[in-house]
Amino acid sequence: MTAQGVPDFMRRQTPSFTDFLATYSPRLLPSASHQPLNGSTDLIATLPHATTIVAAVTSHGVVLAGDRRATSGSMISKRDVEKVFRSDEYSAIGIAGAASMGLDFMRLFQVELEHYEKMEGRSLSLEGKANRLATMIRGNLMAAMQGFVVVPLFAGYDEEAGIGRIFSYDVAGGPYEEQRFHAIGSGSIFARGSLKKLYADGMPTRDVVLACVQALYDAADDDSATGGPDLTRRIFPVIATVTEDGFRRLSDAESEEYSRQVVEGRMTAPDGPTAQLRPSN
Amino acid sequence: MPFYVSPQQQMQDKANYAQQGVARGRSCVALQYADGILLVSPNASNALHKIGELYDRIGFAAVGRYNEYEALRKAGVTYADIMGYQYNRNDVTARGIAIYFASQLGTIFTESNKPFEVEIVVAEVGDEPSDDQIYRITFDGSVTDESGFVVFGGDAAKVSAVLKERYSAGLSLEDAFAAALAALSALTPPGAPAASGGSAAAANGEQRTELTASQLEVAILDRSREHRKFRRIRAARLEELVAAARAADAPPATDESPSAEAGGDAGTSGETTES
Repeated sequence: MTAQGVPDFMRRQTPSFTDFLATYSPRLLPSASHQPLNGSTDLIATLPHATTIVAAVTSHGVVLAGDRRATSGSMISKRDVEKVFRSDEYSAIGIAGAASMGLDFMRLFQVELEHYEKMEGRSLSLEGKANRLATMIRGNLMAAMQGFVVVPLFAGYDEEAGIGRIFSYDVAGGPYEEQRFHAIGSGSIFARGSLKKLYADGMPTRDVVLACVQALYDAADDDSATGGPDLTRRIFPVIATVTEDGFRRLSDAESEEYSRQVVEGRMTAPDGPTAQLRPSN
Repeated sequence: MPFYVSPQQQMQDKANYAQQGVARGRSCVALQYADGILLVSPNASNALHKIGELYDRIGFAAVGRYNEYEALRKAGVTYADIMGYQYNRNDVTARGIAIYFASQLGTIFTESNKPFEVEIVVAEVGDEPSDDQIYRITFDGSVTDESGFVVFGGDAAKVSAVLKERYSAGLSLEDAFAAALAALSALTPPGAPAASGGSAAAANGEQRTELTASQLEVAILDRSREHRKFRRIRAARLEELVAAARAADAPPATDESPSAEAGGDAGTSGETTES
């Protein structure tokens, strides 16, 4: 029923773009091309790796922010890499791990969500999106075992519940729903410690963004693979908010303003704001 | 014993069959306005769409048999998504999709016993009105490149005649919608007694069919939108447009007519994306 050379998409209609690719052109899948690589894990370690991502729930949605550094071993391979992306109108994704494969995953995930929406005439629920991402990450397990580790952090606005939600993953999938805030990547230990002291329930979006930038600063302070705000080159964290109004990536000017505020504070208090020591009352 | 049917006769029969199928339904309209492309189709169903999104800048509208054009739309979405994923989002064009549809429809028309009873429009909004593209693909795989507006399906000639009188380049969304509504209203719905005359004048006369917001499916490809330009116009916003169009078309005897309602609120609330 099809002319020669014209691909027959009439008989291959599935709401999942990943499933479609698996039958149409499996080599285009980020995970499918990996035959077992013998003894080349050293090589993988020298590929650029993306590092710290933080996310926190606000009173109106959720904030996702990432530093701009990519490292190859102990070398800084890129100062202005982006690891926080829009995945669709109501969700965002941040990627830590092997940068090249992370970008592929992110692109595939974007198309996956959009394809479903166009095929079915409705968007997936936020849990549906989170589960779909888990399956895709698990599909990469073979490659992860050999060092191509990619771990995403997924955050979105749940239109039904009217709240922001955060989902984390490990190399074998997930999702694990996180309460209040979370961080992934090499600097995540420090970022999480920082957020623990700075974050409060019901914070407005502005404050949560500032807390996230503080947390990224703390991560950069103690983790060599996380980049701090670069005032000389004007490179600042990528910050995204997802609210009832949808996804929004803060402009460079806005991000710069938050970063300068944080850096200014650190001029007098290098360790940043202090938490209350004794319980108040 | 099989009868001999000449190839000419065979093709003619198929073409007649498909043409009749397409003409049975109601016309659908695609037209350029200042800030994008407007797609309007009479459709009482909220769930079974005749208009859809193909890609960032590209929309789809069809008339005819639902299962057939829906299969084509999904194939078009798949084609667009694989191209965009493999290369770049900018590499997906209306022209590419239109040619894909044409080759599918052409093959089906020649090779299968039953041709598809559909007619399709693929529209792409550009950065400037001069970059806009509208392609019409018919059941046999013919493609035409349209500019300004296109009416397809149903009694297209009649609707087209009305629209031609009212259309001009650079209309506002309100005016473009009013023109489309007037053109579609010029048609007598199937089964109703035929309108006398049938000229363009019927649009403003007694015989016209009033289409209400609930009987319309409307979408725009909005040049000013970020990322994905396709947007359905529904509910309150659609009611507003219909009311404005009515007011503009009413005889200007009363005080509270045309300009007051048509002028004011351009792009406001009530628009909803497909969800």
